[in-house]
Amino acid sequence: MTTVERAVIRDTAQVMGTVFSFCLTAPRGMRRAEVRAALGSAVDELRRVDREFSPYRDDSLVARVRRGELRPETYPPRLVEVIDRCAAMRAATDGWFDAWAVPGGFDPSGLVKGWAVERAAARLADVGISDFAVNGGGDIVVRGTAPHGGPWRVGIRNPHDPRSVVMVLAMTHGAVATSAGYERGEHIVNPHTGEPATVPRVASATVVGPDLGTADAYATALYAAGQPGLAWFPTPDGCEALTVADDLTGTYTQGVARLRVAGPA
Amino acid sequence: MRRTAIGAAGAVAGAFVVLATHGATVAHPVATGTGHPDEVAPDDGGTAPAPGGTGTGAPPLPTGATTVTGPAVDTPYGPVQVKVSFANGKIADVQAVQTPNDRRRSVAINGYAAPILRQEVLQAQSANVDLVSGATTTSEAYLQSLQAAIDRAGR
Repeated sequence: MTTVERAVIRDTAQVMGTVFSFCLTAPRGMRRAEVRAALGSAVDELRRVDREFSPYRDDSLVARVRRGELRPETYPPRLVEVIDRCAAMRAATDGWFDAWAVPGGFDPSGLVKGWAVERAAARLADVGISDFAVNGGGDIVVRGTAPHGGPWRVGIRNPHDPRSVVMVLAMTHGAVATSAGYERGEHIVNPHTGEPATVPRVASATVVGPDLGTADAYATALYAAGQPGLAWFPTPDGCEALTVADDLTGTYTQGVARLRVAGPA
Repeated sequence: MRRTAIGAAGAVAGAFVVLATHGATVAHPVATGTGHPDEVAPDDGGTAPAPGGTGTGAPPLPTGATTVTGPAVDTPYGPVQVKVSFANGKIADVQAVQTPNDRRRSVAINGYAAPILRQEVLQAQSANVDLVSGATTTSEAYLQSLQAAIDRAGR
């Protein structure tokens, strides 16, 4: 039996106003067409989540909830799942992640993007792809190994400078979400005041964990709450955290320290 | 909630040594083949660098001087496309062939983003990262085009 080199395949899709990128190493014996079909299915899932949950689409479930057009007993299961997760994250973050304390009444976006990436990742895993990364605008899910054969090396961006990273984590299974003000201006609201978190106590907040929906919501909350939010970690569901202050001082949990392969001691 | 109990569970604090700081400026045009900004990140945590030293997980890079153009990748701001020159098995330079400058509102973003992103790639190379958490939309597209160019060069 001859050794067949495994194909490395990359793809991008533009959904939810951002870019999602995929990188995977195809399992031995899997045809390229099968990989393409799996990627297509993953992107379909992202588009479906966008159609259902975008607050900017008049016909989305979220828009209909906001307009009071749906009664809770008629909510479809996926909407119920997102609402339940948002409620759980509100409780877990002392109210710092609050999908209801936003203009419009309900906006689960701080959780939905990560949740969508997890669902897209599941479409790849379901067909037997075990080595892949999905990056949704800087929020990441990784499985298995990178094309170089080692764990995925995930850089955490320097919040003041897209040219550099402040830390590198080596991971074979998990999610990384980072929240900061640099992407589209200030977009984090302090749920306790309703005001934008214009004077954040940290320059960026990163959460690492088993599920990106959860990590995404925690990162949003941690960025809004600042360093005191580090007390939530490690969480019962296995999330760990890193905050980077304006002076690039980093504070992080032991779980992050264990994944760290480069960066401050 | 669990603040006091878990807050003491050992958060680590320290000043960051920013990795891949301040790489060499590569202002000269593409395809000169004049080496690469060889400023390897000062502290790589004692781990072995990825084989080939590209950090992108790509196939081995061509050893001679070569220039390859990546595909155009769409972003909400417009297409991004890069041209990469290789020398001695490393990326020597990256140049934006296409950036989202066709719409007025993107000019400001692009005007500074393209040169900065080139630096980012040249430096990410020395930090050996596969992907970046917290990256911007434009940089994602930039890296995607870059990666495709690297893939083409490796074949």
